Amino acid sequence: MSTLKKISPPRIGKSQLDLLEKLSNAVSVSGAEDEVRQIVLEQVKPYADEVKQDALGNLLVKRHAQATNPLRVLLAAHMDEVGFMIVDDEGEGVFPFSPVGGIDPRQLAAKPVLVGKERLPGVIGAKPIHLSSPDERHNNYTFSSLRIDVSPANGKKVKVGDLATYATRFSRQGSSLFGKALDDRLGVATLIELLKRDHPDLELLFAFTVQEEVGLRGAQVAAYEFKPDLALVVDSTPAFDFVPETGENTQYNCRLGAGPAIYIADAGTLSDPRLIRFLAATAEKHAIPFQFRQPGGGGTDAGAIHKTGAGIPTVSISIPGRYAHTPILHARVKDWENTLLLLEAALNDINRGILSVDR
Amino acid sequence: MKDLIQKLTQTPGPSGYESAIRNVIREEVAPYSNDISVDALGNLIVRIGQKTANGVRILVAAHMDEIGVIVSHVEKNGLVRFSNIGFIITRYLAGSRVRFLNGTRGMIDSDKQEEPTKIQSQDKFFIDTGAINDKESPVKVGDLGVFDREFLDLGKRVVSKAMDDRVSCAAMIEVIKQVKNTPHELVFVFSAQEEVGSRGAQTAAYALEPDVTIAIDVTPASTLLGVEMQVALGNGPAIKVRDVGMIADPRVVDWMATSAKKAGLPYQLEVLDIGSTDARTMQVSRAGTLSGALSIPCRYVHSPSEMVDMDDYGNTIKLLVQLLSNLTTF
Repeated sequence: MSTLKKISPPRIGKSQLDLLEKLSNAVSVSGAEDEVRQIVLEQVKPYADEVKQDALGNLLVKRHAQATNPLRVLLAAHMDEVGFMIVDDEGEGVFPFSPVGGIDPRQLAAKPVLVGKERLPGVIGAKPIHLSSPDERHNNYTFSSLRIDVSPANGKKVKVGDLATYATRFSRQGSSLFGKALDDRLGVATLIELLKRDHPDLELLFAFTVQEEVGLRGAQVAAYEFKPDLALVVDSTPAFDFVPETGENTQYNCRLGAGPAIYIADAGTLSDPRLIRFLAATAEKHAIPFQFRQPGGGGTDAGAIHKTGAGIPTVSISIPGRYAHTPILHARVKDWENTLLLLEAALNDINRGILSVDR
Repeated sequence: MKDLIQKLTQTPGPSGYESAIRNVIREEVAPYSNDISVDALGNLIVRIGQKTANGVRILVAAHMDEIGVIVSHVEKNGLVRFSNIGFIITRYLAGSRVRFLNGTRGMIDSDKQEEPTKIQSQDKFFIDTGAINDKESPVKVGDLGVFDREFLDLGKRVVSKAMDDRVSCAAMIEVIKQVKNTPHELVFVFSAQEEVGSRGAQTAAYALEPDVTIAIDVTPASTLLGVEMQVALGNGPAIKVRDVGMIADPRVVDWMATSAKKAGLPYQLEVLDIGSTDARTMQVSRAGTLSGALSIPCRYVHSPSEMVDMDDYGNTIKLLVQLLSNLTTF
């Protein structure tokens, strides 16, 4: 099947960075992914053979194979981001809120946010240092001690159930990318790039999923709909690669600049070892740097996908990012590009033979 | 009988990496079925018999996988940090030995502790493979291992690592050998990834669409984590009534108890407040199945030395053969 292809490898250039900026700045908290979905839709329409929005809001896109009986490959990245939901109204534009997705309340005080469909500017307020006792300052913030404050003028436009997210604007500083929601807009942008390229031997099934941050809910139904032969999940994973105060950092999860992080085991999935071996061999063959994410907790859409139906061989691959689920995530252009290169190489080399041996 | 248990318990097979134990089991059952397959998650599926007019399709599952460790970091000094595969009880760790799938062996200890009587959290433990530094380490991030402890024959009782759930795999192999004329369509699943959440059983049950599902697993028969168990070693197979993940179908409980009485086999009833079995995910597969579980009582579950009683083992086989050989109406 493998013929010599004269296709240039994908690169991260201006248009890719512009798209990432647009995706990062877009607001799409779990359950309300319209804005990102619209951007994705515009991007993929000229290339897609079939586009469908399912009941939960996943955008399901097919690019048909030119071959007969092709390998059916699912590529998944989630459109949603963590955020907040307004749960009460105390008047004067002050609102108690609860998290949507995994958020550490210690990282919230004084952060600017955007509230509701109108993107009303607000701030997460907490007790100032003047009024807090030394004891209080030793205790962590809880969600119940924080409020979202949008001003009395805008407070009238906010109601219980409205969603909010961080107000961070995307920026690029040399080789670094800073922005909110790069988890998982980096994955979304990666899938869009792959979708624009021809892979005629494969039936490519793209799932731009919803509600990952609240429990992989979109991926579960997307996998059921597609019933692929195998799945590749593209996500963002935390890098905590600081030098510790003492000793050796043994729990960094992954490192910035060390390339795409291939998953072996997380809380939800034991990646298919055949796909781990294949991805590692592909990276080595094409001299693409990669790292193994430290086995441990956390999870991706793979957790729902691999258990769907009669079971789906699945592996995740993530772009490393510091400060995940805070207002700002720091990723590297090279890590993103190497992730894209590895996935493109994988799609060119992948074949049924990989699954012909038992797991 | 003990030879088979010894062979199965001593073969390594942490969750997700069951190929070695699967090959051993496949060799044992190959002469008894002409329909043996492996699915996407690595379940070994063995089919026997055709459904007769009043028969049903029964899925019997025993899990092949065992708890283990996975390397998360190799320190510059060669010590290995690890994450758990399945539920590991940290107080069993210090002094335990590990065998990695690549053959490397090592022993476990923990960092210096301020309070020696307190059990440290798992991230404070390390595996020493004897490597003098990280470059010489025989294992790297992602390598898996299992607890290393030899089989011990104490006469009526036997001890080994991975008795959970290889003793049930051994029982299921014996049942496959002994069931001759069945009115049912029998599907035996040696399941993968039970210890991380019954993932193999979930996809197998979906694919095989059984009417009835039964998990064969061990159940704690001693003080585990300070909880007194009602189930005792030597009192016969335990018929599951309820655990954390499921309420067994009362019709299945009744079917098992009635069959045991009829065959003159001892049994006990099990209500378990920690853990669950493959029956948890099989019960809610598709539109639902009639589901129950048969447990082999086991002391020191999830330690490197798990103990079972050979009479319980033999009676579990007899009860299963009885259940699968006769017609029943639910």
